[in-house]
Amino acid sequence: MSTSNNLIDLKDISFHYGDGNVLEDITFSIPQGAFVGLVGPNGSGKSTLIKIIFGLLKAQKGSVHIFGKKMSKFHDWSKIGYVSQKANSFNSGFPASVFEVVSMGLTSKLGLFKFMKTNDRKAVMDALQLVGMSDFASSNIGELSGGQQQRVFIARALVSQPEILILDEPTVGVDANSTSDFYELLGKLNKDNGITLLLVTHDIGTITDKVTHVACLNKTLHFHGETNEFEQFNERELSGFYGHHVHVLSHDHDHGGF
Amino acid sequence: MIQALWKFEFLQNAFMAGILIGVIAPLLGVFIVVRRQALIADALSHITLAGIAASLLLGKYSTFWQGVNPVYMGMGFSAAGSLFIEQLRKVYKHFEELAIPITLSGGIGLGVVFLSLADGFNSDLFNYLFGSVIAISRSDLMAVAIISVIVVIVVTLLYKELFFLSFDEEQAIVSGVRAKWIHFIFILLVAFVIAVSMQIVGVLLVSALMTLPVAASIRIARGFKQTIAYSIIFGEMAVLGGLVLAYYLDIAPGGTIVLLSAFILLFVLLVKRIKQWKS
Repeated sequence: MSTSNNLIDLKDISFHYGDGNVLEDITFSIPQGAFVGLVGPNGSGKSTLIKIIFGLLKAQKGSVHIFGKKMSKFHDWSKIGYVSQKANSFNSGFPASVFEVVSMGLTSKLGLFKFMKTNDRKAVMDALQLVGMSDFASSNIGELSGGQQQRVFIARALVSQPEILILDEPTVGVDANSTSDFYELLGKLNKDNGITLLLVTHDIGTITDKVTHVACLNKTLHFHGETNEFEQFNERELSGFYGHHVHVLSHDHDHGGF
Repeated sequence: MIQALWKFEFLQNAFMAGILIGVIAPLLGVFIVVRRQALIADALSHITLAGIAASLLLGKYSTFWQGVNPVYMGMGFSAAGSLFIEQLRKVYKHFEELAIPITLSGGIGLGVVFLSLADGFNSDLFNYLFGSVIAISRSDLMAVAIISVIVVIVVTLLYKELFFLSFDEEQAIVSGVRAKWIHFIFILLVAFVIAVSMQIVGVLLVSALMTLPVAASIRIARGFKQTIAYSIIFGEMAVLGGLVLAYYLDIAPGGTIVLLSAFILLFVLLVKRIKQWKS
């Protein structure tokens, strides 16, 4: 991969909270147009890595470049959409309509003291259209199912028209059927709309037919490359990596929880 | 009533202050309730009482302080109390709710000591505790009006940030919302609104005006803006109705306003229940 068209570049990142490294010598990049699956068991440092990308944590060693700029010089956060694993753990009684939730995604793009205009309202409806939720614009968010809520949060992340979308365990608490619909949607956004995606998950089996690149993280980066190379990365190695037996490319959701 | 309103300046003051408070207390109340901080208003109202007591005490020894409206000292204490609560929350990260009882009891303790020293256990105190229709002066009304203008402007300008932070703080911060500053500004507004509201509703009942209309509204509103609109409508109904009742029945308005709020809440819950039952 050449560095020129990488949206995100991490180089030799090491991070520790107290004693003992959480991340060790991570070199990791996301090329434009890719759909990268970042997988690893719980506690492997996935969330820490995401926080480093967003500058919420500062790595003790290594460098982060976003859109070719040094972390400290990058300010245009509206270029990065983010859907957190806690997105659907909000207070379900919260009195906000789907339209209002998606409008939140425009907060940083609009800036302080600015109000939504007609074209911003249209952008919100377009984002809802894209995820197939426009019929629910005036429903309260708490009335929707987990899968529908997740689509709304994707729309919120998409409304500012980011170039890359980062999803941190987006299917936690969403049932299996909605989960596979959800991955269909991500595949479509990547292929048809050209949005670069970073999907972080502990569930390796369900994603591999949609992603273009895979990275396996457990403190260090065990594998980072294109999906077809990953398929040759054999089951035995993966088992060692996860600590027990793993079915690669298993689409049976009963095997979903590692 | 209308005649009396024309005739008595004190009634005009009370109603105009009431109309303003009926807007700003539920407006801030919506944000407080959805953040699950309903009790913060209670803590701050007790701190405000300590400030008012301190002002009365100073007035006993200095003629300068006799001329200063005690509400301003109340505001000062309330604002300091709000910052104190934020600090306590940081100290007790895993027991954030502890900040409320600590501040509340500290406030009432200080208030009782100051009042005792000021020989302040009299009818004035009763007004501050439960509100009054007749105690609102022109200068009180001015304070309410200034705070109301500030609150409405700030909430309008920071609306999308306040909304986002209330819904999902982590995501808001990732999106570049300056959470610390906005929290700071918001809690100061709450402190000021409580200080100016308490002369009408009283210390012990001011938090009810910030939470009960919102509790009713949340059951029937679609979306956040509608929640705010209904909260303000219910708040106005309670304040205006409560003031009329208080005037005719010669009762402290704190009681009538809060009871009316409670009736509105019950009515909304009942109607909602009947509707659900029908469908």
